[in-house]
Amino acid sequence: MIKTRDVIDPPAAKAHSAAPADVRAQPLIEVKGLFKRFGHTDILRGIDLSIAKSEVVCIIGPSGSGKSTLLRCIAGLETYDHGDVRIESELLGYVDRGGRRTRASTSELNRVRRNVGMVFQQFNLWPHMTVIGNVREALLRVRGMPNDKATAQAGRMLDMVGLSGKADAYPSKLSGGQQQRVAIARALAMEPHIMLFDEPTSALDPELVGEVLQVMKQLARDGMTMAVVTHEMGFAAQMADTVAFIDQGRIAVSGSPQHVFRRSENPRLKQFLQNYLDRNAFWSSDAREA
Amino acid sequence: MPHFNLSVIAANLPQIGAGFITTLGMWLASVLLGAVIGLVAALLQQIGGRGARAVIRVYIELFRGTPFLVQLFLLYYGGPSFGLTLTPVMAGVVSLALYGGAYFAEVFRGGFASVPRGHVEAAACLGLSRWQVICRIQLPQMLALILPALSNLTIVLSKETAVLSVVTVPELTFVLTGIGSATFAYVQTLLVLCVCYLALVELATYAGNWAETRVSRFLA
Repeated sequence: MIKTRDVIDPPAAKAHSAAPADVRAQPLIEVKGLFKRFGHTDILRGIDLSIAKSEVVCIIGPSGSGKSTLLRCIAGLETYDHGDVRIESELLGYVDRGGRRTRASTSELNRVRRNVGMVFQQFNLWPHMTVIGNVREALLRVRGMPNDKATAQAGRMLDMVGLSGKADAYPSKLSGGQQQRVAIARALAMEPHIMLFDEPTSALDPELVGEVLQVMKQLARDGMTMAVVTHEMGFAAQMADTVAFIDQGRIAVSGSPQHVFRRSENPRLKQFLQNYLDRNAFWSSDAREA
Repeated sequence: MPHFNLSVIAANLPQIGAGFITTLGMWLASVLLGAVIGLVAALLQQIGGRGARAVIRVYIELFRGTPFLVQLFLLYYGGPSFGLTLTPVMAGVVSLALYGGAYFAEVFRGGFASVPRGHVEAAACLGLSRWQVICRIQLPQMLALILPALSNLTIVLSKETAVLSVVTVPELTFVLTGIGSATFAYVQTLLVLCVCYLALVELATYAGNWAETRVSRFLA
């Protein structure tokens, strides 16, 4: 049985094609030689990745390969040991002064990542606030928006993810899929230039995955720049401009979905993908080649 | 029961009432001050440097590891030799607040630890400052979880106020045991004393339950 969610959207529906070369020259996110170690383990061992405006990058790889850590470095949630993470050409997390690098203050960190939105595997909604309260919190506290304006903007975001009816509910009353859509609305409320998704559907029951992917697909079609760590190969095959396969802290294979899913001869990647082939889970990557 | 009549109590009602007010005041003052001390200590453990954390750790260990009676004696009788002369009431409030603060600090520390890291990370990603994360995300959320522990500690401290009688704070225990030894009506005075503390504890329990139902609406 094919999982329906992977064949809902005809691949031609994607509005934007891969970004043209001149836009790629000024990446929104630029990661260079990123190196990160936890204790005695090297998690990231020299990652180079650049994400252009409106590009959708899907990061795949076995668990423990460092893909979530990479995303968390881009979000400013992890420190890193060597290399650069640049957001709209500004260095994230550190300040370079006269060849010496020091940790950036929280306010400097927040300034550089102000245009980055993050969605987590565990949703991380604040349970003591209503749905609308979650979405407008940063508008009130960070943007300093008056209450009526913030509420209106938060309401538009909820509308966008199809949850305006749940504005006054507490998160605990929502399904996992609904909670994740609220989390997406919360991140979108700050009008980010790029959205990071860290395994956004991995904590969901299978029948709830589709509604979250629908929202993400709509975002991609609207031209949002996205970096998505995912196990949803169907989503990657349909929506990604670039798929990056991370293995043991390095990007082992990177390229178009066709290239990564069909043409690569990398044995680790083939072995990794075999698990999904066995489960018949990225059926629709065929259609994209047509 | 020829020896059991409550006329002694009735005759000294104004004094007992004043003692009750004093106990109530000492209790509320030390709980409030202790909660502030505990919260500051827990915050310093959260965001302070290594030195601050070590100082807080030592404070908590010292005040939880020694009897309250000894701490009170040290402050009240030992204070003057360090140039610190306090009235009985002042010494009582300060020592009870410091004693309670060590326990409050542990309750708050547990509260901070109970808020999932992801909730803090989500707030940080949206640009909330460290202080905003504490006030808007961590404190309100942990409050629902630590309220039972807070009200329990508040109840424990209500009865610790009895210890303050040994430094002549004119609270309930001091007043009633005084009446008891003056009139030899020991049993009556001690029973009334128990009733008074029970009333205080019931009050605290009631307030705690009310707060719990109000704060935990969003849970479950």
